[in-house]
Amino acid sequence: MYAQMVKSEATNDDPEMLAAFQARIDAGEKIEPKDWMPEGYRKTLIRQIGQHAHSEIVGQLPEGNWITRAPTLERKAILLAKVQDEAGHGLYLYCAAETLGISRDEMTEALLSGKMKYSSIFNYPTLNWADIGAVGWLVDGAAIMNQVPLQRTSFGPYSRAMIRICKEESFHQRQGYDIMMKMAQGTPEQKAMAQDALNRFWYPSLMMFGPSDKDSVHSAQSMAWKIKINTNDELRQKFVDQTVPQAEYLGLSIPDPALKWNEEKGGYDYSQPDWSEFHDVLKGNGPCNTDRMEARQQAWEDGAWFREALMAHAKKAAARRASANVAAE
Amino acid sequence: MSSEWPLWEVFIRGQHGLNHRHVGSLHAPDAELAIRHARDVYTRRNEGVSIWVVKSGDITASSPSEKGPLFEPSNSKVYRHPTFYDIPDEVGHM
Repeated sequence: MYAQMVKSEATNDDPEMLAAFQARIDAGEKIEPKDWMPEGYRKTLIRQIGQHAHSEIVGQLPEGNWITRAPTLERKAILLAKVQDEAGHGLYLYCAAETLGISRDEMTEALLSGKMKYSSIFNYPTLNWADIGAVGWLVDGAAIMNQVPLQRTSFGPYSRAMIRICKEESFHQRQGYDIMMKMAQGTPEQKAMAQDALNRFWYPSLMMFGPSDKDSVHSAQSMAWKIKINTNDELRQKFVDQTVPQAEYLGLSIPDPALKWNEEKGGYDYSQPDWSEFHDVLKGNGPCNTDRMEARQQAWEDGAWFREALMAHAKKAAARRASANVAAE
Repeated sequence: MSSEWPLWEVFIRGQHGLNHRHVGSLHAPDAELAIRHARDVYTRRNEGVSIWVVKSGDITASSPSEKGPLFEPSNSKVYRHPTFYDIPDEVGHM
């Protein structure tokens, strides 16, 4: 997902406080920033929300890449609006993480130093216009699958950010599917491009949910704290079941010869992605890791003088107002 | 010099004449830019007709540990609610 393989932090708090905290969560109460919380809850959330925020921001890059080359003015306006939404989503999430006691600059620096991660999916390139359709349809589709249940997460600011994001996100998936429909119903070459985009984005999209967590201790703790609502496998299954008929409508085929409806479980059987590729991409060896980090690094450095100048101007203006007030008294 | 912009809380009045409502926060160097950023971050879909911003540091909040003494007094005053009073059906809607 946008937050993959988030390790939960050990907690050394008073057992009585922990039990009271767990009881609040079990009763469905929201935890707010000033409430007492276990150290592990705080740290795990910072890691998860931070990673989610970084993904929204880095996620602008593969799509921003196509704004100037969109095939029509309407498509260009739509893509611009979508990429602007991603920036907004990143900002909502950074603010939610900041309520836990980490600053925006600290998070940015942790991303740039490689200490914090972003979703593996954004390390794949968008080679042509059909990829923009596939990203909206599959990548945003997978993101929605994860974000809808997170609206019910136990941490108030995270839950509220998710509610805003989900409200805005469904346009993203629909505009992607709209591009895919146009291409799939176009010339044979266009349809072939749509199929090729699906072929390349299918398995990376399945990886977004993270490896199977049936044996993971971290998942169990996060689920008890309602930081995580469903297992990775549950969400991945739901995503496959939802997406297969959508591909059929387009007349495209899912690149998985083992894909088969399983009447008994009421869902599709499907092949796992290559998990060694996933771990390799997370380590920094995906096709675009270096480009993505260079782009973020450059934006951070190029913007430094501007951030400082506006702050200096604000301080001067405040000082001028203060001395004018003194003079008037 | 730390150049990190201060945090602002954003309040927006929606279309239907309700109160300004807290929608989230953002960073900006001053109040004027905070309003402009709030326009971009929180009203991309026509959500509001008016924006307030206030520096987060200027907000005084009640403390969660005082929740008891602060809100307890109103707990016992059930007669403040209309349902406390039994009005016979014959009287009609009241």
